[in-house]
Amino acid sequence: MRIRKERLTGYLFAMPWFIGFAVFLAYPLVASIYFSFCDYSVLKKPVFIGLDNYRELFSDEVFWITVKNTAIYAALSLPAGMVTALALAMLLNAKVPGTTFFRTVFFLPSLVPMVSLAVLWLWILNGEHGILNEVLRMVGIQGPNWLGDPAWSKPALVVLGVWGVGNAVLIYLAGLQDVPTSLVEAAELDGASAWQKTRHVTIPMISPVILFNLIMGIIGTLQVFTVPYVMFPGGSPARSTYFYAMYLFDNAFLYNKMGYASAMGWIMFLAIFALTMLSLKLSERHVHYGGGGTA
Amino acid sequence: MLRSRTFRAKILSVNRLSDFTLPGFFLVVAATLAASEIVVREPARPGPVRITYWEKWTGFEGDAMRKVVDDFNKSQNRIFVQLLTVSNVQNKTMLATSAGIPPDVAGIFSSNVAQFVDDRAVTMLDDFCREAGIGPEDYKPVYWNAVTYRGHVWALPSTPATTALHFNTAMMRRAGLDPSRPPSTIEELSAMADRMVQKDAAGRIRVAGFLPAEPGWWNWAWGYFFGGRLWDGKGRITANSPENVRAFEWVQSFPKKYGPNEVQTFRSGFGNFSSPQNAFMSEKVAMVLQGVWMYNFISMYNPELEWAAAPFPHPADRPDLARTTIAEADVLIIPRGAKHPREAFEFIRYVNSRKGMETLCLLQRKNSPLTDVSEEFWRRHPNPYIRLFDSLAASPNAVGTPKLGIWAEYSAELNNAFEEIGLLRKTPKEALDAVTARMQPKLEQYLKRLELREKAEGWK
Repeated sequence: MRIRKERLTGYLFAMPWFIGFAVFLAYPLVASIYFSFCDYSVLKKPVFIGLDNYRELFSDEVFWITVKNTAIYAALSLPAGMVTALALAMLLNAKVPGTTFFRTVFFLPSLVPMVSLAVLWLWILNGEHGILNEVLRMVGIQGPNWLGDPAWSKPALVVLGVWGVGNAVLIYLAGLQDVPTSLVEAAELDGASAWQKTRHVTIPMISPVILFNLIMGIIGTLQVFTVPYVMFPGGSPARSTYFYAMYLFDNAFLYNKMGYASAMGWIMFLAIFALTMLSLKLSERHVHYGGGGTA
Repeated sequence: MLRSRTFRAKILSVNRLSDFTLPGFFLVVAATLAASEIVVREPARPGPVRITYWEKWTGFEGDAMRKVVDDFNKSQNRIFVQLLTVSNVQNKTMLATSAGIPPDVAGIFSSNVAQFVDDRAVTMLDDFCREAGIGPEDYKPVYWNAVTYRGHVWALPSTPATTALHFNTAMMRRAGLDPSRPPSTIEELSAMADRMVQKDAAGRIRVAGFLPAEPGWWNWAWGYFFGGRLWDGKGRITANSPENVRAFEWVQSFPKKYGPNEVQTFRSGFGNFSSPQNAFMSEKVAMVLQGVWMYNFISMYNPELEWAAAPFPHPADRPDLARTTIAEADVLIIPRGAKHPREAFEFIRYVNSRKGMETLCLLQRKNSPLTDVSEEFWRRHPNPYIRLFDSLAASPNAVGTPKLGIWAEYSAELNNAFEEIGLLRKTPKEALDAVTARMQPKLEQYLKRLELREKAEGWK
């Protein structure tokens, strides 16, 4: 009797979360699978059309443009962000006075809301009056029109993305602080140089953290939306910044093609899932989990 | 084992009360919310019927509508209109309608009407209009046309607009041009624009006479000024018609003359439309296509500006296209499923009375969509060119947005084509062929699915 009562209490406690999950996550998730096979404008009842949405997507030129743009952005932004974050974390891990101050300083940009960030960078990157080009001019470089030139709009977003690495830095820092000093000292005694210590002790020890940041990075960059949506209306110039999530949003809420957008969402999910699995598989030999005893 | 059991039992009994505190708390909150919902709903309370009205305007335009709403609320005691400012109102109205909780009245754009009708998101106003004696004869044809679709009335105007060429007379004088003779043909416009361009030593543009990309709101519309149309009204996309290609060739002549990157960089230095850094207000561009509202912004941000307005030029070989203007309107609709459609129409009808409309259009400094305009309206209107904008609305070449359910997607395609030709990445023909090739199957699919649905659900 007691046990049953206890269980009831447990369920009651879990109820708020469970109801929220069912109503706001589980139902929309399952429904969107069905909608992806429908002609559905939200206002009208969904009409089942089989695989039409998927078929149409694969022959949709703009769909492929957004896939390409997103892939290029991820390929540029992911390594740039990961390397910067790791380098910063290592510097901030150094035992010098004032580290707490610098840690705060480098984390601050991550606290800026995305939309403010986008508006701020609109001015920094402005081709005519932007401070970035002003600085470049001082060193004798004629900066490009970052926002108006299709060749520079994606690099501009990558530069901007690096600005927000604070969260990744924090995770790396936590990882770095877990590296046992005994190992570093042992390497030191063996006469390892700073680079060798980093390469053979630190990096292997924090490899699970690197993998975590890689996977979070894949998910984040493939879903890039807010900043380009604010900075580049319609993916301008000439759709060079039209990313997957933006096209999905436009289909869902501008063109009222919710079925089409649902199909896009599920393709995105499968792509991210596959990439995550792939990185887990590829990293098996390179990631060392401490405590488990196996390398 | 036994010990631990009794121990746990003890804990349970001791904390029995607190066990239920949290779930109990949630229950109380939920009950309060439900209760407040019932109280707020005020079902049978005597007094006026309250109707909600969502509108996009803020600032002085919002104040103008608020005045009309207050006037209406004071004029009778049966209906009380509650005005709520809502950003991105067309999307939110659409979503609220699909959720079954729309406002009673919503202020959207005439360019949204077709999509709303195709999605069955609006209430048909035919019967209401007939009862109220409102008909086509009360409106300038272009605005009546904007609120009708497939032979029915779906909305009534709140405020209308037309566009004209706005030009900076001081800059014309400085360039040795006669400000009393604005360009009347497209060719003259281009020639004058070229005379006004100023570049610095590094070749960067400092001042431009005219740029088709400024303000960039009607990138899709240039074909109209050359006699083009964007579809045939039935089932064919005509984006690549010779007239539209000619228009885009004219558009591309500007980046070709001035350099695509130079134009891009120059334009990136312009501030927001509603700011003193606006290209026209800061004297960076001497001539722009703008609407009747431009006067407000000039008087707000640069009242010293010397300017005038004239009908937008036409191609020299097409005098029949003189006085072409883009005529659009803000419109009031009753979303499908609104709780008080009759009362909502009462309010819309009041806005469309001469008194209501003239109050609103005077305060928003726009022209009136009605055929019957009082002398007082003209006398009190601060815009010196109001008669020009008003007469343009009556022009046979006044055109509106195509009434297409897929207009949002079509205009995005045209915008992209406009950008591509501006960057010289494609020729006008190539860009417009691509738009046509992309949109034609989309239109066919859209019309087919619409037809199937209408048959299945028994719409007329």
